Amino acid sequence: MAAPASARKRRSFNLFDSIEKPVEWLIRLCGWSSILGIAAIFAFILKEAAPMVPNLDWIHFFTSPRWIPNPATGNEASFGALALLVGTFTTTGIALVIAVPVGLGAAVYISEFAKGKVKETLKIVIELLAAIPSIVWGFIGLMVLGPLVKGVFTAEPGSLWSKVMVTLHLASSDIGASQGTNLLTGGIILALMSVPLIVSLSEDALRAVPDSFREAALALGANPWETVRRVLFPAARNGLLAACMLGMGRAVGETMAVLLATGHSNRIPAALTDPVRTMTATIAAEMGETVHGDDHYRVLFILGIVLFVITCGINVASDLIVKGVKKGNKA
Amino acid sequence: MSSTAVSTESGATNPFAPTAYESRRSSAAIRNKWIMFGFCMILVIPLLGILIDIFWKAWPVLSLDYLWENPSNKGKEGGLWAPLVGTFYLVIGSLLFVAPIGILAAIYLNEYAKEGWMNRTISITVTTLAGVPSIVHGLFGLGAFVLVMLPALSQATGTKWEAGLLTASLTIAVMNLPVIITSTREALGAVPHAFREACWNLGASRWQTIRTIVLPNSLSGILTGIILTVSRAAGETAPILFTGATFFKFVADGGMAKLFPYTPAEPFMAMSMHLNIISNQISQMPEKMKYGSAAVLIGLILFVNSFAIVLRVWLRGRKRW
Repeated sequence: MAAPASARKRRSFNLFDSIEKPVEWLIRLCGWSSILGIAAIFAFILKEAAPMVPNLDWIHFFTSPRWIPNPATGNEASFGALALLVGTFTTTGIALVIAVPVGLGAAVYISEFAKGKVKETLKIVIELLAAIPSIVWGFIGLMVLGPLVKGVFTAEPGSLWSKVMVTLHLASSDIGASQGTNLLTGGIILALMSVPLIVSLSEDALRAVPDSFREAALALGANPWETVRRVLFPAARNGLLAACMLGMGRAVGETMAVLLATGHSNRIPAALTDPVRTMTATIAAEMGETVHGDDHYRVLFILGIVLFVITCGINVASDLIVKGVKKGNKA
Repeated sequence: MSSTAVSTESGATNPFAPTAYESRRSSAAIRNKWIMFGFCMILVIPLLGILIDIFWKAWPVLSLDYLWENPSNKGKEGGLWAPLVGTFYLVIGSLLFVAPIGILAAIYLNEYAKEGWMNRTISITVTTLAGVPSIVHGLFGLGAFVLVMLPALSQATGTKWEAGLLTASLTIAVMNLPVIITSTREALGAVPHAFREACWNLGASRWQTIRTIVLPNSLSGILTGIILTVSRAAGETAPILFTGATFFKFVADGGMAKLFPYTPAEPFMAMSMHLNIISNQISQMPEKMKYGSAAVLIGLILFVNSFAIVLRVWLRGRKRW
């Protein structure tokens, strides 16, 4: 690969060429930066949480909904994160129920059906959805969607709609939703936030299916929809699953939107429009009030570790799923 | 083949008429296509509706003065200059850290690393880092930069360093590292391998090839990635909550101090933080001020992103391979 000696002699001195070796080392070093980043994140969060890890009642932490970090004098603080875990997973669940069909459907439409200008426009819209910052989504939940949800889920006490809502667990009281920011609002906002990710990743997965599959399906007489359902979905199954999992990871880790849009009430929801509170929102809301080094501060870092482990698990799992599909294609 | 069945059974004049089964199939296909189009509309219509609603309600306050004046009376009056300029420096600061490291890391992954467990580990950590929740990045920034780096820095320099632009930029930089690695890697990967081979055959070394062939040919792609990083850095709130952003910091109303109001060593104001506080933590905040700052933040992000979109369309137009 190196140039012959004679050619090298004739060339005049070039500063950029002379630094080849140090630059290569710098490039190598930067290449490892992401490993360093992950390791540092875990190490520093663990460092802040560590003194509390042996002292925390872990069974209580995962099974009690009593989160009382600053008790009245004389009482003991209680760190039960069950309601926070439930809050995180219920909002994520609602988000996925909406985002998975919508995301997959939109991805199929964009990659298989839409053409020309329509396709370009839709792609740009998806990109804009992805670009809107989470604090703005929270604002939208609080100011735009919240009042809308409250309007729909409000009823005269004793009316038919109120009975329907209470029976179906749409609202926990017969006057309807107590506030606009609740589980449903948070779930819808999270769905809108994770859809762009699901769409773009699913589109990649669908595009990775070789065209010969589509041609074979058409040759057998399948119409476009049958091609999608019977050929593309099975062929891109792992990629689509991974896309949905990454969408779930984003919903679990989302902070500012759920802080503003879920109502921030520490309880296990009994109905669709009950206010809830998530782990991420708890960290964001309470970290400012803690004293550096006290139990509350350290428990918030433990919540951070729980979040970190959950999202890392989701990411690694989805990566392994995609790797599985690559192996399958080679074989 | 099934059409013959139709003609023999009913003696119909059209031997090619679809059977009930065939028409059911094709109508299902058309119906499902429209359902999927409907899903797309579920995304488009709320986005448009929300944007129109926000800009409509923000319209009374939007003006150049609104951008140029400092907020007063806890953001109930005045404009948005102080948080805007804070966000600007935050973005610049984080780019200074993340752009060189991210681009070099992408060069390593695309040009140097061989297929193997090392490359694979790095790829997994890049996706994992991208999936780390923003609030966890905030905790990391607090634990690493504010609590460990700043005391050391204060001791070394003899002046007091508070959580501020430096720590917030570093936190945002770590968060944006995977974004810039992924987009740069994609841009580098789009340069055909034949270009590199031709260059090597002329006797150029790996670094010469990267410098003279690969980077110039992927420059616009890399730029697109950087622009997306900018828009992401400008909107993030959770990572800067505990690492230097504050709701109020005095900013001079004129002179050079208005353009350079923050030192890296003291808290600063940022658009996202400003919106967070005024939208739900201050009572009797006029509606139009809330919508005004939301509209300005959205406008800023869309403005930056439209650059990326235009750049990409232009890039595709002049691509010759």
